[in-house]
Amino acid sequence: MLSDYTFIGIFVVVAIAFPIIALALAFFVRPKKPDAVKSSTYECGLETIGETWVQFRVQYYVYALVFVVFDIETVFLYPWAVAYNKLGLFALVEMFIFLAILVGGLIYAWRKGALEWV
Amino acid sequence: MGRKTIFFSNLREAGKPEQTETGKLMDWIANLLIPLIKSLILVIGLLVGFAYMTWAERKLCARFQLRYGPNRAGPFGLLQPVADAFKAIFKEEAIFGQVHSKVIYVIAPGISLAAALLAFAVVPVGPTINSFQVFGFQVPDISLHLAADVNIGVLYLFAIAGLGTYGIVLGGWSSNNKYSLLGALRTTAQLISYELPMGLAIVSVLLLSESLSLVKIVEKQAVLPFVVLQPVAALIYLICGLAETNRSPFDLPETENELVSGFATEYGGIKFAVFFMAEYINMIVVSAVTATLFLGGWQWPAFLADLHPLIAVGLFFVKTAFVLFLFVWIRASLPRVRYDKLMKFCWKFLFPLALVNLAVTAVVVALLPG
Amino acid sequence: MELALFVVLAVIAVIAAAGVVLSKKAATGALFLLLNFCTLAGLYILLNAQFIAVAQVIIYAGAIVVLFLFVLMLLSPGKEESQDRKPYIRVFAVFLAVLMLGEVGYVAFTGVLSGTPGQYTPEKIAEVGNVQAIGQVLFTDFLLPFELASVLLLVGIVGAVVLAKREL
Repeated sequence: MLSDYTFIGIFVVVAIAFPIIALALAFFVRPKKPDAVKSSTYECGLETIGETWVQFRVQYYVYALVFVVFDIETVFLYPWAVAYNKLGLFALVEMFIFLAILVGGLIYAWRKGALEWV
Repeated sequence: MGRKTIFFSNLREAGKPEQTETGKLMDWIANLLIPLIKSLILVIGLLVGFAYMTWAERKLCARFQLRYGPNRAGPFGLLQPVADAFKAIFKEEAIFGQVHSKVIYVIAPGISLAAALLAFAVVPVGPTINSFQVFGFQVPDISLHLAADVNIGVLYLFAIAGLGTYGIVLGGWSSNNKYSLLGALRTTAQLISYELPMGLAIVSVLLLSESLSLVKIVEKQAVLPFVVLQPVAALIYLICGLAETNRSPFDLPETENELVSGFATEYGGIKFAVFFMAEYINMIVVSAVTATLFLGGWQWPAFLADLHPLIAVGLFFVKTAFVLFLFVWIRASLPRVRYDKLMKFCWKFLFPLALVNLAVTAVVVALLPG
Repeated sequence: MELALFVVLAVIAVIAAAGVVLSKKAATGALFLLLNFCTLAGLYILLNAQFIAVAQVIIYAGAIVVLFLFVLMLLSPGKEESQDRKPYIRVFAVFLAVLMLGEVGYVAFTGVLSGTPGQYTPEKIAEVGNVQAIGQVLFTDFLLPFELASVLLLVGIVGAVVLAKREL
């Protein structure tokens, strides 16, 4: 049991070390002849005009907020699903109430057009 | 007995007897060296898998389009991935431009790749080979899981999938390029949206498996793979897998013709190669997880898997390869979807569908015990 | 070995937490926060609380930090650093920090929180499985808080939609 987590821990170290090795290796062997044009921002050959930042719609942010809510809901579903057979029919009713409230939220967001990509 | 002693006694494993010096050394080897070797095998295996996945994809796409594909480097172009690797390493990079943050620009591909590799830590590759004798020497049980059999396996996958987002997002943001920034924003919205139906699809599998351990999930499928019982969940998982790995028809993050490769516009050389590696390893992970959760992993069909553990491993690889082939097939067949349709499809179709599927599964499981 | 792991993880967590506060750029701060959340997950695993560990990564590292990054991308770069720091705010912040540190220290040394061992001992949890145990308790003993959580989440959705509508 604990050895499985040791394995994951060691695997984390190896998985982090691997990209570092790859990037470092290339850093030492690749040619370096920088000049101003090479390090300019790429925009299909044209000079860049203005700032990178452009006005974004708040829409992106609403998706992120709604995502957080339903992400938490999904995390709640996992212990429910694995304990489901031991809990019986009562758990089914409980989860239906829980989901009904959240689906209500989803329908509200849907109706208000928050899920509309514009 | 203060608070601190209680705290630290929790950290230790209870009831370990005192050991001799050599015993302790053996313990350290068993605890550290074997996992280290397993991790290295896994990472190298994934690396080779990645290299030949790129080759296979190019060959297959070429077949689909009546071309030859790579055929110059080595027989059948088999050395093409090696040549590509050398090219990536020795390529000069157009360095830094006007990036927002050099540190983030450099580590973003690393985050992507590390997260992609990490996901494989819980995917079981094969069963255990029982101890046997070779030339009078007792070989202990060899677990072909090559993975941690943890009781949170599926949740772990879900968590790592969430972390993988950061590489692309930070890479696109730090590049300080209009295309990259737009690509990064799109990617974030896409990846987080498709995580939800993916998670729900897995929950309906858990209702059948009653365990989060992938090894137990595989063992449950000895008779019937879950794809038969959960066809909708399998389909949702596969579609979300395509979207999560930025594969066609959901490859919006890197649309060449509107965003000039999106988040990767300012990346070149080894850093681009690392992003590329992350994408392909993610693909391998999604295929392997599909094979494990829905196609019975190494266990099904049981009459073949019981013959020899190595045949079981072969079954797992064949299934993974089959899903990977599906990925390439879909890429060769379908055009890219429009972004608003992509979001609409996820929030207004896949997500409600996954919820309904979950509800139906729950009711059926409650009515039909066993 | 567990103690060594604890020390390593704790040191990384503290460094990451300091990095969040001290980094000049918001994006670096967010990255440090990510690192901090991941090391906390490691600490939870040492405490035999696997579900909390994964939930920590999924919700905090996977979802909340995404929110921060969204703000970062939506805001114009360069405007992210706040300029007006009034001196009395700093004094107030230091006061609050000292207060909290004192409180944490008091609790840690008097052992107020140790409590009595409950029904779920580590052996029992290992037997039924961590997540299964949480499922059984959550959907029987702690049913009401669980259902109330859904209302809380609903408020979250409604709030997000209303705020977004006002901005349009």
